[in-house]
This record gives sequence, C-alpha cells and structure tokens, in this order.
Amino acid sequence: MIEVRNLTKYYGPVLAVDDLSFSLDKGQIIGFLGPNGAGKTTTIRILTCFMPATRGSATVAGYDVFTQSLEVRRKIGYLPESVPLYMEMRVNEYLKFRGQLRGLDRTTLKKRTGYVLEQCWLGDVATRPIGQLSKGYRQRLGLADALLHDPDVLILDEPTVGLDPTQIRATRELIKELGKRHTILLSSHILPEVEAICHRTIIIAGGRIVASGSPEELRRQICEQSRLIVEFKGSGDAIAAAVRKLPMVQNVETLPSEGAVRLAVMSKSDSREAISLLAIAQHWPILEMRQEVASLEDFFVRVVADQGKKAVLSA
Amino acid sequence: MNNRVWVLAKRELASFFFSPIAYVVAAVFLAVSGIFFAGEVFRPGHEAQMRDLFDRQAFILVFIVPMLTMRLLAEEFRSGTIESLMTVNVRDYEVIFGKFLGTWLFFAALLVPTLIYAFMVLGYSGWAVDPGPVVGGYLGLLLLGGFYIAVGTLTSSMTRNQVISAVLAFLILSVFTFLLWGVASRLTGNWQTILRTINVYERFMDFSRGLLDLRHIIFFLSVTAGILFVAVKILESRRWR
Repeated sequence: MIEVRNLTKYYGPVLAVDDLSFSLDKGQIIGFLGPNGAGKTTTIRILTCFMPATRGSATVAGYDVFTQSLEVRRKIGYLPESVPLYMEMRVNEYLKFRGQLRGLDRTTLKKRTGYVLEQCWLGDVATRPIGQLSKGYRQRLGLADALLHDPDVLILDEPTVGLDPTQIRATRELIKELGKRHTILLSSHILPEVEAICHRTIIIAGGRIVASGSPEELRRQICEQSRLIVEFKGSGDAIAAAVRKLPMVQNVETLPSEGAVRLAVMSKSDSREAISLLAIAQHWPILEMRQEVASLEDFFVRVVADQGKKAVLSA
Repeated sequence: MNNRVWVLAKRELASFFFSPIAYVVAAVFLAVSGIFFAGEVFRPGHEAQMRDLFDRQAFILVFIVPMLTMRLLAEEFRSGTIESLMTVNVRDYEVIFGKFLGTWLFFAALLVPTLIYAFMVLGYSGWAVDPGPVVGGYLGLLLLGGFYIAVGTLTSSMTRNQVISAVLAFLILSVFTFLLWGVASRLTGNWQTILRTINVYERFMDFSRGLLDLRHIIFFLSVTAGILFVAVKILESRRWR
C-alpha cells in the first residue's frame, strides 16, 4: 500500500531524511517512532504530497506521490501534527466543507459526518465554533476529518497528543479497529502506544531507520543485548575470570557488592546453564541469578543515544 | 463551474462575515461613498450623474482591497491550515481561484447598497438620466475590483505576514492607479502610450463615462487572469522550498 524507496530530503543544507526505505502492506498498522527532529513529520509530509523529496521515490496505493499527487491525496486521510483547523468555523460546518472539498455527495457526506462525529465523540460539540474547543476536541476533529472520506490509507501524525488518559485509550482502540479496514501509518514518540497498536514498528533517528520489525522482533533484539546478573558467595577475581572463559560469554563486568561477587554477563547465547554448572563444579554458591529485562523504552533510548554519538563523531 | 472552486469560494466568503476587518472595510467603504454622495453628488444644481462617485470609489478601493485580501493565503501559511488544505485532492489553481472568487463576491456584495444612490439619482431626475454611465460604472468597478483583488491574492501568496501582504498590495495598486496616471500626463510620445496602456485608472474612467470599450474589458480580464496565474505558480513553488 505504501512503498518508500531511498527517500532523501534536504532543507537547504540540512539533511532531514536520509535514504529511507520501507514498505507497508494493505491492512497493516505501522508505527513510526523517533525522537523530535528524527524526520517523522518530514517523511509523512512527503507521503501526503505536501512537499517533494530531494531524492528517491514513494508510492501510495500504487500512485507516485510526485507525479500522481491528486490520486494519492484522494486515497489518503491525513491528520497533521499541529492539527490545523479554521477557528471561526463550527465543527459541523468544517466537516461539511471538508467533505464537499473531497467531492462527497450529499447523502454520503451526511452519513459519513454522522459516523465520524460518533466515532470521535464529537456529537455534543457539533455546533460549537472550533476556536472554543479544547485541544483534545480539536485533535479528535482532526481525526474525524481524516476519516471523513473513508480513505484506504490513514496517516496520523501524533494522533494522541493532547488527549487525556481515557481518550488516549479510546483513541487507540479506535485506531486498532480502523486498522481492520484501513492501512495506517502513525507516528509517535510514545513507545507503549506503538507497541500496543502497531503490527510493525520503525524506529528512526537522524533521518535513518535504526531498527524495525514487529514488537516481538524488537524485543528479541533487545533480549540478545540484555545482561545476566549473577551473584556468587565468595570473593576474589577467580570467579570472574572463570566465567569469562566460558565459550559463549562475551564480556563480564564486576559490579560492586558486599561480601559477594556480583557479575554482569553479556553473552552470545543463553549462558545460565553453563554458569550454574560451573558454580556447582567449583563450589561457588549462587545467591542470585536473573536476566536483566530491558524494556523497549531502554532499547529506544540506547538506539537513539547511539545515533547521537555517531552524529557527534561524524560531525 | 468546478465544484471545488465553488466550495472554497463559499468558505472564503463566509469567513469574511467572521472577520472584524471585513466589517471595518465595509463600513469605511460605504461611509466614504455615502459622504461623497451626500456632499458632492446629491445636491441642488449638480448634474444628475454617478460618475463623480464612481471615480472616488475606485480611488478608495486602492486602500480597501488590500485589507480584504491580505488574509487570503498569508493566514493559511501562518496558522498551518495550508497543510490540511493542500493535502486534500485540490489543485493549486482551484485554491487560488476559489479564494479570489470568494473575495470578489464579497466585494460585489459591498457594491449592492450603493445601488440606492443610483436609484435616488434616477428617481429625482425623473428617470431622465442616461443609464449607460451607471451600468458602465458598476461594470467598471467589478472589473477594476477583480484586478485589485488578484493583485492582493498574489501578494498574500508571497508571505505569511498579513501586514506585509497588505502593504505590498497597496504599493503595487498605487503604482498602477495613481503614479502611472500622474506620470503619464507629464510625458509625451511612446512612453506616454506605454504608461497609459497599463494605467488602470484611466481605463476605469472610460467605464464611468459610459464608454464600454471591449479593449478595456479584455485588458482587465486578461491582466487579472495573468496575475492569478503568477499567484498559482508562487503557491506551487512553496513545495520546492
């Protein structure tokens, strides 16, 4: 449904998106995750035909975003990050205007307006001027507008910003529900959100993809890099040295501990069995052994920090 | 007519009624027209004609039209609504023309109350007035107003700052209306011909005299279209920057 190949975007001399490629199948929900300034909004603006790429190409529903922009825009429902609305209009007037602009006929427009007002809990503010609405209502009106013409592809830039916790939960449910019929690309900097909604996550930083995959795949990547914490009764460097000699162990770090030896072990594969057998053979009682469970959050922070370091080094 | 252009024009027209500036502009235009009419045109001994009023109105429009048009695109750029507008399946020319048309309709509505003056002049003269100059005057105002609004639309597409847009439009309109008129009368030969060709005020005065010259009509229509075309190109160029 969405196909992005080697997308690159410069703002003057500033590189915003760097050789980005990914694709998205029909009916999938993909999460775009990254810190501020990572290039999420830029990529989205290229996909929605708001600005052209410097290099590379992108297609939506088989149409090229540059040469067939009108067809692309017909297929897309877009919620921009800043949720720009005409403040002097009323909610129902705005939806009517947008629907007419989209070319919906009278009956369809009426039906769809009723549907989106209900889906986005806007029924009780339908006749209020947009300028008087709170941020949460405006956010939902933006979402309602994106849904209005029943598009194949929904592109949502930070859809839950400004909502209260109940609304966030309800919006996530709505997006999940919509995902059954629409292809959705959403951007966020909130990890649990992406984890809860999306089939696939792309983490971008500095305009590049730094990791991608399903939430499980990302978890696996994390677990491979997680540490095993082992505490032995005893003292001395001999224990650390012995553990270090195990074939799968890559790195051993000695952590401070009172009256015991506390090690943080990094290994290629599961080293728990080998370590416990070693401990039995050497009569070093194990006091504690646990896998340090890194969250997606830690992974994200680390990945982004690595990217930052690289940027500093290359600068 | 293209449906999207009409939808955009309607929204633009409606938004004038929510804008305090539009009310101020309408009030100033109608007040000044009324003062001229009562003080100079509609008095004993004065020839029963509307021409003096039309010429004054054309003058005031140079100040007033920029205030109507300054918001058109500049406000969309500033508030970011341009993003939700341009990501709908509308073409750039539909946006420009819709905005132009909405403003022009508001301007046309502004002329409607002044029809009272025309009827007063006609009525008090016992319907003995030649209707040609009156019809010509209104046609001239509609054409001249269209040209002014096109210039305002153009300057509004060039900036996100409404004040810059208004001042720029005012400067361009002043040149076309006052400066060329003043300079042309001091020159002779080819230069005078050239300046007279592009001087809109002199062309307008032919209309208010009751002279419906097809060349003037074609001039106004084509120049207006040409300026709107440039505005479309400027809007398109936003994507490249």
